[in-house]
Amino acid sequence: MARVGVFICHCGTNIAGSVNIDEMVDAANKMPSVVYASDNKYTCSEPGQASIRQAIIDNRLNRVVIASCSPRMHENTFRRTVTSAGLNSYLLEMANIREQCSWVHSNNKEAATAKAIDLVRMAVAKATKDEPLFPKEVGLTKRALVIGGGIAGIQAALDIANAGHDVVLVEREPSIGGHMAQLDKTFPTLDCSACILTPKMVDIAQHPKITLRTYAEIDNVQGYIGNFHVQIRQKARKVDHSKCTGCGTCWQKCPEKISSEFDVGVGKRSAIYIPFAQAVPTKPVIDTEHCRYIKYLQFVDEGEEGKKPAECRICEKLCPVSAIDWEQQDQILTEDFGAIVVTTGFKPFDPQVYQEYGVGRIPDVITGIQLERLMNASGPTEGEVIRPSDGTHPKSVVFISCVGSRDDEKGRGYCSKICCMYTAKHTIMLKEHDPEVQSYVFYIDIRAVGKDYEEFIRRAQEEAGTIYLRGRVSKIHRKGAKLIVQGEDSLIGRPVEIEADLVVLATGMEPSEGVIELAQGLNLSHDSYNFLMEAHPKLRPVETHIDGVFLAGSCIGPRDIPECVAHGSAAAAKVAGLFSQEKLVIEPLTALVDPLKCVGCLACVQVCPFNAPEEQKARDGRTIAYINDALCKGCGLCVVACRPGAINLRGFANDQLLAEVVSLW
Amino acid sequence: MQTNESIAISPAKQFRLFVEEHSGQQILSCYQCGKCTAGCPLAYAMDIGPRQVMRAIQLGLRDELLHCNTIWLCVFCQTCSARCPRQIDIAKVMESIRLLAIKEKVRPADKDIAIFHRIFFSLIPRLGRVHEIALGGAYNLISRHPLTNTKLLPEMIIKGKLLSLPTPSKGTSEVKSMFTKAKKATREREDDVTI
Amino acid sequence: MSQSRFAYYPGCTLHGTAREYDVSARLVCKSSGIELEELEDWTCCGASSAHATDHLMAISLPARELQAAEEKDLPLVTACAMCFNRLKLSAHELSQDNTREMVSKVMNKEIIKVPTVVHLLQVVDEKIASFSFKKQLEGLKVACYYGCLLVRPNDITEFDDDENPQIMDRTIATMGAQAIDWDFKTACCGASLPFTHPEAVIKLSHAILSQAKELGADCVSVACPMCHANLDMNQKEIRSRYNDEINIPIFYFTQLMGLSLGFSPKDMLVDKHFTSPLPLLKEKGLV
Repeated sequence: MARVGVFICHCGTNIAGSVNIDEMVDAANKMPSVVYASDNKYTCSEPGQASIRQAIIDNRLNRVVIASCSPRMHENTFRRTVTSAGLNSYLLEMANIREQCSWVHSNNKEAATAKAIDLVRMAVAKATKDEPLFPKEVGLTKRALVIGGGIAGIQAALDIANAGHDVVLVEREPSIGGHMAQLDKTFPTLDCSACILTPKMVDIAQHPKITLRTYAEIDNVQGYIGNFHVQIRQKARKVDHSKCTGCGTCWQKCPEKISSEFDVGVGKRSAIYIPFAQAVPTKPVIDTEHCRYIKYLQFVDEGEEGKKPAECRICEKLCPVSAIDWEQQDQILTEDFGAIVVTTGFKPFDPQVYQEYGVGRIPDVITGIQLERLMNASGPTEGEVIRPSDGTHPKSVVFISCVGSRDDEKGRGYCSKICCMYTAKHTIMLKEHDPEVQSYVFYIDIRAVGKDYEEFIRRAQEEAGTIYLRGRVSKIHRKGAKLIVQGEDSLIGRPVEIEADLVVLATGMEPSEGVIELAQGLNLSHDSYNFLMEAHPKLRPVETHIDGVFLAGSCIGPRDIPECVAHGSAAAAKVAGLFSQEKLVIEPLTALVDPLKCVGCLACVQVCPFNAPEEQKARDGRTIAYINDALCKGCGLCVVACRPGAINLRGFANDQLLAEVVSLW
Repeated sequence: MQTNESIAISPAKQFRLFVEEHSGQQILSCYQCGKCTAGCPLAYAMDIGPRQVMRAIQLGLRDELLHCNTIWLCVFCQTCSARCPRQIDIAKVMESIRLLAIKEKVRPADKDIAIFHRIFFSLIPRLGRVHEIALGGAYNLISRHPLTNTKLLPEMIIKGKLLSLPTPSKGTSEVKSMFTKAKKATREREDDVTI
Repeated sequence: MSQSRFAYYPGCTLHGTAREYDVSARLVCKSSGIELEELEDWTCCGASSAHATDHLMAISLPARELQAAEEKDLPLVTACAMCFNRLKLSAHELSQDNTREMVSKVMNKEIIKVPTVVHLLQVVDEKIASFSFKKQLEGLKVACYYGCLLVRPNDITEFDDDENPQIMDRTIATMGAQAIDWDFKTACCGASLPFTHPEAVIKLSHAILSQAKELGADCVSVACPMCHANLDMNQKEIRSRYNDEINIPIFYFTQLMGLSLGFSPKDMLVDKHFTSPLPLLKEKGLV
């Protein structure tokens, strides 16, 4: 026999201002099964909770209804309250008479009160059918997987490892470091990027609790929080890293030169290579697409016609430790993890669609990242900023902001956050390289919101003498050896033309290649631009809706280095918090299949977005469905899809929902 | 907008709403980046550039717009519309204002272009197939610029270009009646700036 | 486009000062079996002036031609870029029911469907394999100039790319000539301004021709009679005003095709050009 207690909260004037509480208490007292009804100014407060506890004991209540704010606010709090009074925590129902009533009907007290009473009525009806529920416990593997070895991933891995847990850091490029490794200096301090990054990279390599897997990708992820089973594909390097000493002979002598991805096309690398001098690990991989010997082997194997490629093998011949291993194949490693941190980062926007700027046709139109490589003393030109067309030093450089950002026409409407700052940085650095350079920046707005950022922009304008022109550039065309840039200065209100030696496009940030496939494998949501979505943009910036999977860095959206580092640490803190538990508690508000009613149609398997239902064999050999509690989120899709009605959602059972509806008549 | 007098800004948005309805474009979407002015081939000769036209609409400066030469100089090359990062069809916005100026019989800021278009348009029901001699001749007379392009005449005669005339079309009478019907339909409709 | 028969809309200038475009287009199409059936009673499409004066007539005048082609159950092809642009725009607006109703009333004819509208360049590009080019235009460097109206607004004209189109370049390359890479492919030439603002046309044409010359083009190839007139007729004025020795012949792409197909320059009416291409053709052995 249900003995329901109803507790109505004033929430100060939030509720009491629009709803007649006294009327509510009266109405509640008259509802079936209600043996006690009271009100309180601030139910969630200490005294408020104490009064609930007392009322439960004094009145021998066995079901509790709290009419107050949204369960998202205090459901957990109130569950603890009822538990402390000796009741199962799932014998509690909440009626949201604030967000769903008083806050939206503040102009009509009568109607608001009537609605609030109805909401309580429904909650009471549901409460009478509540059953005690018991959370499940599962074990967890205290190992973390970090996917992506950029600055965010590096920070996350280090922090998790320093908290005492094993970490595997997977990076698909031959080296960790990400895009930060490509930079020359970082704003606003103008620290040398490699100088602040490489110590962290070396820490990763040397940390006893971190296993670094470079040139590896994630093939498959199964499982759930605390219990992920991941297949990592270690791609074949064709070099045995256990033997290789990183002496460098092979990549220095390799005859095949290819455009370097790390140098974004302004430099070259060999077919056997490390991407940059401070690469971690400093051991090479062989690019099988361009290696001459591999091409020779393919030619011979497939009996091709035409000119036979050279049988090269110079690296093999010169390697003092015989580390070259042509037989090496991709390896699949299956490992278990308790938490996954996704730090896949970004890639710079490809400005090929800006044909009005002659991208790809006019050699002296380059991108910001290409300029970084030119300015970098360890870059392909040893720090000489030269024009790609003729190798001369440019004296007049035009920067164009918002290339691939704030541009719906090109499919990217958002602001990429870092470009105003890195463009200012470029102009300051160019001035340091050559005091005779004059830089011009075409901008629409200047976004300089971080610490010391505004001062940095002023430094570019006042100290470096950069001329800022407010307006977008419409067209770039060639004239002799120069480039004519046609823009507008909207502040003076006239079209302007600049004769430039070099044009630098401030390209924006977009999600990395292949992130969608990874997201789908992990069941992560992403937005229309393919940025991964956090669980809540304000309050849960490093979590996702998949428990145990965290995000950090620019895979979520454009951000700068300090933010990525903070994110990495935040994700690590979440992981450490998770790993501080010995067992994981799974909320019992999950779906349950009645095997007697289940016909094995497996419609639930098809509709579930979380892969919770599985096919199973009943004892008599029939196919039936079974729902994995740890994966189930209690969304109810399977309940609806189930044709024989074999599935019920604990805490939101079919008879409970019907009772709610019936109670209104 | 040569004056520097202060503009009285008010919430009045009728003009903007009118332009939005007739051009079908989101005027408030424009963030004044200036790419349109930067790429406009005729910007150099305009009183105010395309970006400023958009700004003027946002501020409700109806009179300035109806009296500027921008709406007449625009040749509808659509470079602005093609490159606008907010995907606004700026040429269409120009068209709306130009047609409004015609409807309100505002004295065109560039009378020559207005005359040219009026002549061409009036020759269509008369000739059916318009030829340049008629067009050029009529224009030179009516605009009182009798020597326009006359330097090219001798060579045109030598090359036989002047004597090339389109054969008359039997469709001319059909076109004439179309003009009459259109004029009537336009008068009957409440607002006749666009369909 | 498996079609080889088209309703053909020449447009006023092709029967007037741009006759060489019409003549060369017809000869070229005939040689490869493309049938052009000229609409008998065609009239002016309205060009830019109808558009600048009266929106309803601006849609209705091209609609008349669309209807004529539809009645023949043929797709409609035109060589003039302005006419192409107006026809495409009208066809697009006629997809709206109330517009179609209104225009039907003006025309006193019910418009139910509109035909496919294409530009001659698109037809040629599709059927390029059907042309037997006898003479390769080797050593000829051509700057392909598309102008505004073919490529913008791109979602309505559905023609190639609006910043770096390639369709004419491909045709030129098939004939053995070299289509240069340059930055003024779709820059505006001044359109209908030569009557009222000739100095604007001279300024814009100079910019275009200047780069063509600088990048080593022997000639410019066009697909629009207005572009041809603006670029061809003003070079003397450009030379004197800008002190720039510009003397670049302007060809209709169909004239170049004709020369490659074996027709003589006289057949292609190149003698009608202000900037004579004969010295260039002689130099390249194409006479």
